[in-house]
Amino acid sequence: MSENGLTSYREDGVTPALLVEAGTFSGPLDLLLALIREEQLDIYDIPIARICEQFLRHIHALRLNDAADYLEMAARLLRIKAQMLLPSTNGADLWEDPRAELVRRLLEYQQMREVVDVLQRRGELRRNQFARSYVQASLLPPPPTALALSLSELLGAVDRILRAVREPTMHEVVARPLDVPAAIMAIRAVLALRSHARWSDLVADDAEPWQILSTLLGILELAKLGELRVSQQKPFASVDIVRDVAGEAA
Amino acid sequence: MTSLAKLLEAALFASARPISFDELSALDLDASPAGVRSALDEVREHYDVEGHGVELVEIGEGWQILTRAEYTEAIERAQLAARPQRLSAAALESLAIIAYRQPIGRAEIEEIRGVAVGGVLKSLHERGLIDVVGRGEGLGRPLLYGTTPAFLEQFALRHLDELPRADELNIALRAHAGVTMTGVKTVTVT
Repeated sequence: MSENGLTSYREDGVTPALLVEAGTFSGPLDLLLALIREEQLDIYDIPIARICEQFLRHIHALRLNDAADYLEMAARLLRIKAQMLLPSTNGADLWEDPRAELVRRLLEYQQMREVVDVLQRRGELRRNQFARSYVQASLLPPPPTALALSLSELLGAVDRILRAVREPTMHEVVARPLDVPAAIMAIRAVLALRSHARWSDLVADDAEPWQILSTLLGILELAKLGELRVSQQKPFASVDIVRDVAGEAA
Repeated sequence: MTSLAKLLEAALFASARPISFDELSALDLDASPAGVRSALDEVREHYDVEGHGVELVEIGEGWQILTRAEYTEAIERAQLAARPQRLSAAALESLAIIAYRQPIGRAEIEEIRGVAVGGVLKSLHERGLIDVVGRGEGLGRPLLYGTTPAFLEQFALRHLDELPRADELNIALRAHAGVTMTGVKTVTVT
């Protein structure tokens, strides 16, 4: 993990800096610890100015998704740095090291990382052994079989659909934009009343192509959002649209 | 093997999860705890001495028959069974904290890790490694999480006590002479 996260590099003869690969750190404390280790600093006596500068340089390079967590840590470091510059009003005896809280958190985090190592080792042991797996057959829904189709079956299906189309009539085509949001609202309204719907419940018999396409895209969008599940018992069977209770609860 | 050993073996074979000592004892009401213990030894020795492809392992507060590690590759190659995906570093960190501090709320985990953990907790919950075990006292009565029996099983632990205690870890939380460590509490890990 973090051991491999830092690599020294030299760029046009500038002083060696640290190159950080994004995604190698599991959080700001991880990065901070890696920096301390890399610089071989005493965790109880961290040169805050130096580590703060390093930290900022790295989060610039990282462009992490959860940069907010890193920025919060950067702000914390800057505050400690400021506090260390301020003269103590209470005299030396009562002076409390502003770094104490950070040190405590770093040590706590480091301790937890040791446990992670233990878990990782143990988990790997168990991962390499299989147990019996048995689930009572009656509790299982019928296994959804993969749709195994040959090309000729597929072409046959296309052929059937084309044949079903009556005499071709010529139309002047007026482009009609899809209205997916409205379709999503319609699907939600149907699924709000019942947990289970069919394609025919969502699309009227006389629906126009743009409506059909909007509904299809709406279903896919809602499936992606986890609001419903779409399943088919066998090839070309009617499509079941089921409200996803698990997704809803989350 | 004795008939009790055979009975235990059959039960262990039929079960998809580790069977606890009490459950094993309940299989034969005439059997004494010592009898069950020696029957378990008998099954284990039977597998070890005669050289079987499976072994009897004490895990997850019970016993379970597991395939031996050296056959994993071949079994997986033949797609008869698949190893579970490894957990991410972020998930392992959160899991380690929960294992030690349970019951624990999300805010405390975030405090230790320094990052938001909502998504990680959801995926740990989905994998059945953690569960909601109660609600905290504070504002909004936060959900408290704890580890599940599946956690012990997946990390080859017999019970939670098998995790190293805080004072057994290399980095013990202690004050250092150089710094005034006010407000530092030694974390007690149970």
